[in-house]
Amino acid sequence: MVEAVPPLPQEWDGPAFPKDEAPRRFLLGGLGFLFIQMAERSFCLSIKEVMIMQKQMKAEEAVQKIQSGDTLMVGGFGLVGAPLTLIDELTRHDAGGLTVISNNLGEPGRGLGILLRQGKVKRAIGSYFTSNREVGDFYHQGKLEIQLLPQGTMSESIRAGGAGIGGYYTKTSAGTELAKGKEVREINGELYVLELPLKANVALVKAAKADTLGNLVYYKTARNFNPLMAAAADFVIAEADEIVEAGELSPEEIVTPHLFVDAIVESRLILSKEGVVSK
Amino acid sequence: MTRDSQMMIAKRAAAELQPHSVVNLGIGIPTLVAKYVESDLVYFHTENGMLGVQELRNEEEFDPSLVNAGKLPISEGIGASYFDSAESFGMIRGGHVDVAVLGALQVDEQGFIANWAIPGKNIMGVGGAMDLLSGAGKVIVTTNHTAKNGDPKIVHTCSYPITSLRKVDMIITELAVFTFEAGKLVLKELMPGVNLAEVREKTEAAFKISEQITAVR
Repeated sequence: MVEAVPPLPQEWDGPAFPKDEAPRRFLLGGLGFLFIQMAERSFCLSIKEVMIMQKQMKAEEAVQKIQSGDTLMVGGFGLVGAPLTLIDELTRHDAGGLTVISNNLGEPGRGLGILLRQGKVKRAIGSYFTSNREVGDFYHQGKLEIQLLPQGTMSESIRAGGAGIGGYYTKTSAGTELAKGKEVREINGELYVLELPLKANVALVKAAKADTLGNLVYYKTARNFNPLMAAAADFVIAEADEIVEAGELSPEEIVTPHLFVDAIVESRLILSKEGVVSK
Repeated sequence: MTRDSQMMIAKRAAAELQPHSVVNLGIGIPTLVAKYVESDLVYFHTENGMLGVQELRNEEEFDPSLVNAGKLPISEGIGASYFDSAESFGMIRGGHVDVAVLGALQVDEQGFIANWAIPGKNIMGVGGAMDLLSGAGKVIVTTNHTAKNGDPKIVHTCSYPITSLRKVDMIITELAVFTFEAGKLVLKELMPGVNLAEVREKTEAAFKISEQITAVR
């Protein structure tokens, strides 16, 4: 049923129609409205449904996207907020020569530390590798390249990568060894360092909940780098402890909107009071 | 460095924190500072993405996904909030964190701090140290007066790589409290039972002695 579109009121005093329908009726007029209604009911809806089915997949299927030589972003602050299931799956995947952008590189033989032992990591970009002493050993033996960034610079560079920003100036690290080789510029009497964006081929992120569209919500301090990385890679795999139907998450609580997310995987491994356990 | 002297340092640092301020505590002695803050109106920020950090009160509260920057378990204070790492460091770098309490390897007489790397060893971590220096309103250093081998930590010039061009505002050790006045290091307070001779002996940096030198309360 299509109703006649009333003329725009002289003084706008709130929508005359239910709130969600009023603006587009005014914009498109009757015919356009009819078209949208028909399209939503038949054509578009079925496309959406196909896309939903494509996003939800098994971990082993999702990591097939990762190829040798790729740059990977991996969320987490230590094990908190790390995509443990996807990391575990990666240890069985044969892609090597990886550049890994992650705050830490796991712990000896744990998390990303397994990948390091397997010799699959060529280069690590992060802020704090001290928690895994094997990172130093690999570096010494010439088996690993390291790029150390202040944690704020790492975060902001990932944000810039995701937001299409070509670089930015920060005071952090100016005048220190970490600014060596970087452009320094005086702005309002203070020294700033040029930092470039970070991007990746694939990002592995961890959410508390995902809906079938790929909207994500996080849990407490497990959020950390995850929303930033979800925006900064060509292909984004989100691991979630719980997957709900689209519409079940409140739009107000969604932190990562679904347009950033390409694949959704349910967690098999979670961080519990007893450590990492199978769900 | 005994537990007692660590607690004495933490207690003195806590007395610096004003109600309605936002404070970031580093790893080690700085973490202990929260125990001695009496006001409920000091808000603790942790760079891994939370404002409103509270100490863990009991075992039941332990949540493995709720940790501070030292990866130690914490709990949620009233009015707490969570945010991602870029927003968290935006708060720090944008000047929204009033005070940072940090540990140090060395601080020199001009106020430069070295707290992230030891020469000759692999530099494997920096974390948020440089960000906190560049953005926090006031930087308080809490540290042992000397290194484990007895070397002074308050020196003429840092021989370790510095963390920032920004200088610190205050140094609190188990022996004394120093501030900077017109760019010069000034001894302000002596810890209980400490005499000036001991501070002189264990401090390499040149310092002035405040006319109002007092004993720490």
